[in-house]
Amino acid sequence: MFTAFLIKYAEIGVKGKNRYLFENALVQQIKYALKKCEGEFAVRKTDGRIYVDAVSEFDYEETVSGLAKVFGISGICPMVYVEDEGFEKLGETIVKYVDEVYPDKNKTFKVAARRARKNYPLNSMEMNVELGGIILDAYPQMRVDVHKPDIMLNVEVRDKIYIYSEIIPGPGGMPVGTGGKAMLLLSGGIDSPVAGWMIAKRGVKIDAVYFHAPPYTSERAKQKVVDLARKVAAYTGPIYLHVINFTDIQLYIYDKCPHDELTIIMRRYMMRIAEHIAKETECLGLITGESIGQVASQTMHSLMATNEVCELPVYRPLIGFDKMEIVDISEKIDTYETSIQPFEDCCTIFVAKHPVTKPNLNIIRKHEQHLEEKIEELVQAALDTDEVIIVR
Amino acid sequence: MEVYLDNSATTRCFDEVAQLMHKIMCEDYGNPSSMHHKGVEAEQYIRYAKETLARLLKVNEKEILFTSGGTEADNIALIGTAMANHRRGRHLITTRIEHPAILQPMAYLENQGFKVTYLPVDYEGRISLADLERAIRPDTILVSIMHTNNEIGTVEPIAEAGALIKRMNPQTLFHVDAVQGFGKFRIYPSKMQVDMLSVSGHKIHGPKGVGFLYIREGAKVNPIIYGGGQQKGMRSGTENVPGIAGLAKAAELVYENLDTDMDRMYELREMLIHGMEKIDDVRVNGCPGRQGAAHIVSLSVRGIRSEVLLHALEEKGIYVSAGSACASNKPQTSATLKAIGVERDLLDSTIRFSISVFTTVEEIQYTIQALEEIIPMLRRYVRH
Repeated sequence: MFTAFLIKYAEIGVKGKNRYLFENALVQQIKYALKKCEGEFAVRKTDGRIYVDAVSEFDYEETVSGLAKVFGISGICPMVYVEDEGFEKLGETIVKYVDEVYPDKNKTFKVAARRARKNYPLNSMEMNVELGGIILDAYPQMRVDVHKPDIMLNVEVRDKIYIYSEIIPGPGGMPVGTGGKAMLLLSGGIDSPVAGWMIAKRGVKIDAVYFHAPPYTSERAKQKVVDLARKVAAYTGPIYLHVINFTDIQLYIYDKCPHDELTIIMRRYMMRIAEHIAKETECLGLITGESIGQVASQTMHSLMATNEVCELPVYRPLIGFDKMEIVDISEKIDTYETSIQPFEDCCTIFVAKHPVTKPNLNIIRKHEQHLEEKIEELVQAALDTDEVIIVR
Repeated sequence: MEVYLDNSATTRCFDEVAQLMHKIMCEDYGNPSSMHHKGVEAEQYIRYAKETLARLLKVNEKEILFTSGGTEADNIALIGTAMANHRRGRHLITTRIEHPAILQPMAYLENQGFKVTYLPVDYEGRISLADLERAIRPDTILVSIMHTNNEIGTVEPIAEAGALIKRMNPQTLFHVDAVQGFGKFRIYPSKMQVDMLSVSGHKIHGPKGVGFLYIREGAKVNPIIYGGGQQKGMRSGTENVPGIAGLAKAAELVYENLDTDMDRMYELREMLIHGMEKIDDVRVNGCPGRQGAAHIVSLSVRGIRSEVLLHALEEKGIYVSAGSACASNKPQTSATLKAIGVERDLLDSTIRFSISVFTTVEEIQYTIQALEEIIPMLRRYVRH
């Protein structure tokens, strides 16, 4: 029955002179999302609103779930267009609409009429009253409630008459591409995809880097990361995933540095490499899934030690989240099932039984000097292994 | 150099098999149940396949039931037998080192109220006939023992077990999972007093998705798949004609030079085992010499996780398997290795090499050399 959607967006509405930039980006993102849905659609921006019109047969469920992944959308209203064939005909249509959308009539409602075309014979108030009366006559079980109705029946008189009443929540946030680009350190775990998703939600385009350590990590571990990137890309659009072979650096650190500092020093090199790629690809920051105190390498002391090596800002959207809160989001964005597949990532393979939890920066720096002989060369060699996978 | 040493997981298809299957899929693609010529033509392939397999096993062609593979054959043998004989008894016997395609249906039957006895094995993986004798009861309806173990290559005393079972309880049916043994040994079910025998196509250079179950005429077994009544109602579903023809062709080819091929494979196996003697702290699991299968070598390498060793070998183009195949992407400790008493810290350090008729001396030499390099290198880097 529905043939169009009114797209509601929250935050963009309060923007000033650059509002059109945000709206255009949102239209772009909506078009991109709809490409994956069955059917043809026209996306138009009129009267300060965005409409998605179906111009062919389409799959309603698929379209709604596609739109519900577009950042910037706060609500999706499925809508019916009616030609203006007089008020009587409109009344009949409304009665039919209510019947189809609400099989259970035990509900309260309110009609909210609006006229963009002021030459309509009735004014908004008269429309509210008249249409409300018609509905009550047709369905005596229904009641009017003007304060907190179950059903807010919107009737808008424009080029045609638009009828809608349902609001399906969107993800909120801002359209991807309005906020620059950042480099996500993506492991195979639960946290990093969520972190990427959260930053992308603020309009940021995401690229990602994954540290691969063959033979200690398997091809399936890498495939798992690609799968995770694909889940995130369903929201963010294409992700350029950089796969870096990290094995030699890891083994070199193992040879030269105390084993309880292995993870910290390894993380510092991961950050350095990620930043290097980030700068080359015009990213404005790094994103990690760290959360204070979750593991030894994420204590305040450890975070300071890994943060120190970067010039770019490091965004840690999960910093104050508990594990359960992160799991909730990962289930919502459908990355959880993939994340818990049991493949080792390179952070876990050489973990010491008791890694330092309060690393001393001076000592870490001193131990890193043991690496001086070959590390530059190894970092460059690792950068040369960069394999870019475009994940859509 | 690419060296494929995971032939117990699956094998490369013979070219002739693939060609035959291509012809059947693209030219002689009829449904064997159709009444017209194309159907008759397809039926001929199945008839020929049955004749071939029956000849190789020295059984009657009526006793061959085609399935989707070894797992389905095992499921029919276990669940089908249990369903058909539950009024006579509800006790079954198997071993602790069977493939999951036996152990899981057994677990299902236990849930359905059947009792299952699991025979232990010795350090080489062999059951004891005395244990078997003690386990057989008047209400034992089925004994299922694998011919060749998929992880360590140990061959079970099938003929002796067959004779013992029939002496103790002539009513008890005897099933043998010969997925790893068929095409490596000459197996004659009737001489060994075997009532049912499972075989898979892709372990003998045939196609995946096809296998068969030999069922001795007169053995009471119910179908587990119902439908259009194909294969005399024992296994409904349009016959996988290309698969069936391919399976029989592969079996034919494998039997062509079976004895000389096996001699050669035993030599390769000896060579690999001998090569390992130079490396410290490496243990060969299973039976030495001709008491084990020609194609399987199980190695426990102290201090190195099997997955890491596997990937390190992969970097050199050598493909092996960690623990047991088919399910080895799931990190779980192997029941077989536990049952033969492999030490706890070696359970996760065990890899399996499995050779085939395609394996060459050069490939084994290359593999030994790779292991000599990799093992000391990996042992430098261990978890603390």
